[in-house]
Amino acid sequence: MTTAGTSPSRSAARGSRSGFLGWLAVPALVFFVGFLIIPLLGVLFLSFSSWDGISTNIRWTGLVSWKAVLANPELIHALWITFLIMLVSWLVQTPASLLLGVFLAGRQRYRAVLAVLYFIPLLLSSAAIAITYKALLDPNFGLGAGLGIPLLTQDWLGEPVLAFGTIIFVVSWQFIPFHSLIYQGGVRQIPASLYEAAELDGAGRIRKFFNITLPQLKYTIITSSTLMVVGSLVFFDLIFVLTEGGPGDATRVLALDMYKTGWQANLMGQAAAIATILVLVGLALALLLRRLGGRRYDTSQLEGV
Amino acid sequence: MVTITTEPAKATAGRPQPANTARVVGGHRNWTAGVISWIWLGIVIIPIYWIVITSVKLQADYYTTNPMVPPGDLTFDNYKQVIDAGFIQYFVNSLIVTLGAVIPAVLFSFMAAYAIVRSASTSRFLRVVNSAFLMGLAIPQTAVIIPVYLIIIKLHMYDSLLGMILPSIGFSIPLSVLVLTNFIRDVPKELFESMKMDGANEWTILWKLAFPLTRPAVVTVSIYNALTIWNNFFLPLILTQSIDKRTLPLALWAFQGQYSVNVPAVLASVVLTILPILALYVVGRRQLLSGLTAGFGK
Repeated sequence: MTTAGTSPSRSAARGSRSGFLGWLAVPALVFFVGFLIIPLLGVLFLSFSSWDGISTNIRWTGLVSWKAVLANPELIHALWITFLIMLVSWLVQTPASLLLGVFLAGRQRYRAVLAVLYFIPLLLSSAAIAITYKALLDPNFGLGAGLGIPLLTQDWLGEPVLAFGTIIFVVSWQFIPFHSLIYQGGVRQIPASLYEAAELDGAGRIRKFFNITLPQLKYTIITSSTLMVVGSLVFFDLIFVLTEGGPGDATRVLALDMYKTGWQANLMGQAAAIATILVLVGLALALLLRRLGGRRYDTSQLEGV
Repeated sequence: MVTITTEPAKATAGRPQPANTARVVGGHRNWTAGVISWIWLGIVIIPIYWIVITSVKLQADYYTTNPMVPPGDLTFDNYKQVIDAGFIQYFVNSLIVTLGAVIPAVLFSFMAAYAIVRSASTSRFLRVVNSAFLMGLAIPQTAVIIPVYLIIIKLHMYDSLLGMILPSIGFSIPLSVLVLTNFIRDVPKELFESMKMDGANEWTILWKLAFPLTRPAVVTVSIYNALTIWNNFFLPLILTQSIDKRTLPLALWAFQGQYSVNVPAVLASVVLTILPILALYVVGRRQLLSGLTAGFGK
């Protein structure tokens, strides 16, 4: 991308001799096609079939699975819950990550120390985090019961609204550090001259934040939001371990709906239809957010510097 | 899951910063940021502190003592119980799956990235491959798991470690190629050319020149993939059923289901599984963190 300076005749000569380089990409391509591209097509194909997931007897049944899935109110419910988790976790995580990222971009020694501790959650598996919180929030054996604080001894995972809130909290606990890390990098890219100019104009901290930091972070915000939104679409581990979609179906998101339909109800055809919806929604969201970001990433940001 | 193009990567590249950017938030005391940062520290640290101290408590003490106070008499019985439950085996399984997937994934990705950088301008095939990999970033693993499950059954690899390794390699490829491509591009072309003049073939240039020169990127990509695969819960859940094929995250979940009343033992199992990663974090924090933002850090 950056090096285009060699003489054209020489690079052309090299190009013609190094045509065989394509073979170097073959091993990666085999795994990529075998476990991502074929499955991507396969999920669509399987959604027009019936399969119990145990035998290898897969029958072509046309639209039967789609009709069943689309007629099932569970799908609309799962879509709604997925959307709510996406929206609320975005609303919670974005401002928090942004503030923490700005804070951690400072180069004071104590902030570097804090950063070491802040980033611990992003090393842990969702399973470990979910199990920790399940134990910690247990109304009988958890932290609240041990401390004897009634406010903390609620049935956190047993009441629909509380369970939803708990999932948002745990998701934030796990992912805010990661997004803070992204914002930290973004803030450190902002040219100091912008702030110096603003200071000369007498701008205070809040005005600097809203007039410089926030606009300069536009693309960082879009990147982080894309990861958050598309990521929350396929949340599985955390919710599966914490609530298994319960109580009832209060936290049954699309990915969980797919799992339960496929591996518990043994309706793989329907599960594949749900997975297809998952793929389509994910692609639509990714494209939408990319459109929002515009095409040129590296020019307009530095205007007037 | 990662859906970004290469462009913003450049914008957030981890190059050395001018020292005066610290003024961004420095200068006067910022009380809001200060207060929020200490609250967040509490939110992060309290659960971690709690699992560590509880994991060394006697089960009987757990119900009678203050949960935030470290125990008077430490016990490692909980850890013994966890290890007796087969965690050594699960640890070894996790290690085999992680190394077995990361090493080929990174080597194959490196070869592909090298080919793309060296000849995408002249080879239509490599241009198509490159855009396919970029598109692959947008494919969520969760959504394609059903056909992967079918493929693994058809390959007679269901309930085997190899059955988890192969899809993990496939899932790692798009992001690894993207990141490695960006780094190999920064190697000055003249170096390739002069080595070629000396009569080296592409295979030699690849391993003797490009690979050593981009070692930090290789380490970063390896760490990112290793962490992702080490922590994967979904793949072993779908692709295994035998107890002796479990990897750590799945084993944790099963252990918790079995011993949920014995909170100290459950928490000991959690501590035991995060210990190796925390140890790595202490040793190679910078590499780990840059590994985590591999997709956009560069």
